[in-house]
Amino acid sequence: MSQEMTGSEIVLRALVEQGVDTIFGYPGGAVLPIYDALHVQNSIRHILVRQEGGAVHAAEGYARSTGKVGVVLVTSGPGATNAVTGLTDALMDSVPVVCLTGQVPTHLIGNDAFQEADTTGITRPCTKHNYLVKDIADLARTVHEAFYVARSGRPGPVVIDLPKDILQGPGTYTPPSINGHRSYKPRKKGDIGQIEKAAAAMAQAERPLFYCGGGVVNAGPKASHLLTELVKLTGFPCTLTLMGLGALPASNKQFLGMVGMHGTYESNLAMYHCDLMINIGARFDDRVTGKLDEFAPHSTKIHVDIDPSSINKNVRADIPIVGDAAHVLEDLTKVWKARQHRADRKKMDAWWAQIDEWRSRDCLKYKQSDTLIKPQYALERLRELTGGRDDVFVTTEVGQHQMWAAQFLPFEKPNRWMTSGGLGTMGYGLPAAMGVQVAHPDALVIDVAGEASVLMNIQEMSTVAQYRLPVKIFILNNEYMGMVRQWQELLHGGRYSESYMDSLPDFVKLAESFGAVGLRAEKPSDVDGVIEEMIAVDKAVIADILVDKAENCFPMIPSGAAHHKMLLGPEDQADNPISEEGMVLV
Amino acid sequence: MTERHVIAVLVDNEPGVLARVIGLFSGRGYNIESLTVSEVDAEAGLSRINVVTLGTPMVIEQIKNQLDRLVPVHSVHDLTEEGPHVETELALLKVAGQGDKRVEALRIADIFGAKVDDTTLESFIFRLDGQSEKIGRFIELMKPLGLVEVARTGAVAISRGSEGV
Ligand SMILES: Cc1cc2nc3c(=O)[nH]c(=O)nc-3n(C[C@H](O)[C@H](O)[C@H](O)COP(=O)(O)OP(=O)(O)OC[C@H]3O[C@@H](n4cnc5c(N)ncnc54)[C@H](O)[C@@H]3O)c2cc1C
Ligand SMILES: Cc1ncc(C[n+]2csc(CCOP(=O)(O)OP(=O)(O)O)c2C)c(N)n1
Ligand SMILES: [Mg+2]
Repeated sequence: MSQEMTGSEIVLRALVEQGVDTIFGYPGGAVLPIYDALHVQNSIRHILVRQEGGAVHAAEGYARSTGKVGVVLVTSGPGATNAVTGLTDALMDSVPVVCLTGQVPTHLIGNDAFQEADTTGITRPCTKHNYLVKDIADLARTVHEAFYVARSGRPGPVVIDLPKDILQGPGTYTPPSINGHRSYKPRKKGDIGQIEKAAAAMAQAERPLFYCGGGVVNAGPKASHLLTELVKLTGFPCTLTLMGLGALPASNKQFLGMVGMHGTYESNLAMYHCDLMINIGARFDDRVTGKLDEFAPHSTKIHVDIDPSSINKNVRADIPIVGDAAHVLEDLTKVWKARQHRADRKKMDAWWAQIDEWRSRDCLKYKQSDTLIKPQYALERLRELTGGRDDVFVTTEVGQHQMWAAQFLPFEKPNRWMTSGGLGTMGYGLPAAMGVQVAHPDALVIDVAGEASVLMNIQEMSTVAQYRLPVKIFILNNEYMGMVRQWQELLHGGRYSESYMDSLPDFVKLAESFGAVGLRAEKPSDVDGVIEEMIAVDKAVIADILVDKAENCFPMIPSGAAHHKMLLGPEDQADNPISEEGMVLV
Repeated sequence: MTERHVIAVLVDNEPGVLARVIGLFSGRGYNIESLTVSEVDAEAGLSRINVVTLGTPMVIEQIKNQLDRLVPVHSVHDLTEEGPHVETELALLKVAGQGDKRVEALRIADIFGAKVDDTTLESFIFRLDGQSEKIGRFIELMKPLGLVEVARTGAVAISRGSEGV
């Protein structure tokens, strides 16, 4: 009945059936059969990266900006090990990725064969799940299952290790099973009794606060709509994590800005003083909680998460709700309306008056300069000059520039902001921007970069050139690993050990050598022109913005401190030496 | 606040599943006091892992949730929390000695209800099952009497009553 085909053909057919249109990959001996099969079909586009690590970040960018599963194809041994950082990144940030790795033929596994690595062993702790296919009869089912696992529940990366003989052998294709998975069935609907309790607590609250995160983004655009509606309905303030930016429009008056170590003063003080915290899809990360025993000490905590292991991990929840953010938000809104709950007007006014007082500290203000480009200024100009466009996607590298981008760029929608939060992987932004641009060919895709980070995957400029991807790499070049320099200033007596970026390339020439446009801004008056040109040219651009080398990122909650011990600027830094306890934390 | 919990985990009997469970414990710094695994339903391809662990209530809850989110895990049962259960372990002990010590070893083994599985003129192999703690006491008593070697299975447990997991 079913027609016989090779393992490689089975893999491609399964990918097509899973809706895959793009693969990011790099060939090698063990996967040549798949490359052969790719060569003779038109359904799937293959993007040839320049290092496998870039492929995984590109797939992450693709996935985060579309809500679909990103797909990677790499060879055995070094191909697979190069993918490990990206897989770990996707695991930490809950990004759905399926990574196909080549493997030596089954009869050679365990023999230290050429380019053999124990890929399932190496990737076991950095994937949501992984498979080694040893029988072609399992192949199609395994690929379908991998996609199901990658996108269901808390999304994550899945590896399928494919021995070469399986790829070459004859087998038959089977479509996805209609019966659900045997054992993995994450719960979507929240317990209605718990949701009732949550709604009742919300109606009673005097100082409520929504604290929402990447889970709302993961739950799809509908969840963001529902959140926006519920925030409006209740009149409560809302803060977002780094991963949650865009889940509530930045322009919403009830949005307090980002929470956490480099979040706003008003968000963090609201966290500290709230009496009810409504956590939806955020995981109480240590960048957010600061000192755990002083974290939101007066609050009752509602915690909505699709992954039960996120609940009661770091912080005890009073009203835990296991479920998908969209489903729970929908039910919560229904219950709130049906019970005719409403917040106490007087108490809410008092709470908002307090918040407005915190807001009036204007915690993101900085000292403007006539001669030096302040990184914040460059981002403000980027914000202004891209304002009004509905098609802007931002990725970042890791460091100060990332935090400034989070603080200064406005995200009105989910899936527009791609950053490495959990793992903090320098080198993420450029390949991620490629992935975003492949998925959204006409959009304005900007990688807000640091000069140190961008060098970690700079080879991908070659990919950018090959596929004519018009990504804009906006480097806030401070000639330092700025975030490291800042910690050394605050914690290590200003001993800037190995954090100066000596011998940097000329980024303008570098751009040109890859067929891209290189631009440079050296003084504040250059900034607008550079940004305008960067946007206007229909090509990849590296904009080298030479910024103040000594600028630090504020506000900042020093490690190990509580939220109300925020440093607002350089003037605070002197009076608040970091505790010894804080010194050992990262 | 540290508690000892006996947890039963039903998993697909597939390669790597034990590595996943062990990797979870080592990677996240949880304790394993003992762990046993064996297929329990060949037709359905299910194995049962019995794990005894120590932790605060919050850590125990994490362990169960972390186990439950592993893809090949069907269900996780905290027998300690779920109520009365029967727990047992099997140990084999080799005790070598002559004369009085040998007689004494046999006498104590008899008191504990240990069976003699094998004997030579200079040694016994005792087999004892029961609570881990009882096995521990038996081992202590055998030490001065010529204990040479111990093999223990680790605890297995099953809940009381007519319900299955
Ligand atoms: C230099 C640097 C500085 C940083 N500073 C900050 C900072 O100041 N503030 C900050 O917030 N972060 C900061 N971070 C990021 C931080 O490390 C964490 O990555 C981030 O706080 C985690 O965001 P989150 O809680 O939204 O969780 P995510 O990592 O996005 O996790 C999402 C959670 O939602 C759950 N979930 C997934 N899907 C669903 C669904 N469909 N429904 C419901 N729940 C779901 C998941 O199980 C998980 O618990 C920084 C990172 C770096 C590199
Ligand atoms: C792969 C990797 N190595 C090291 C680090 C530690 N680290 C965090 S930020 C940073 C400096 C980043 O410098 P740059 O890209 O220039 O950004 P800036 O902070 O100057 O804006 C370093 C080294 C990391 N996050 N990732
Ligand atoms: Mg820098």
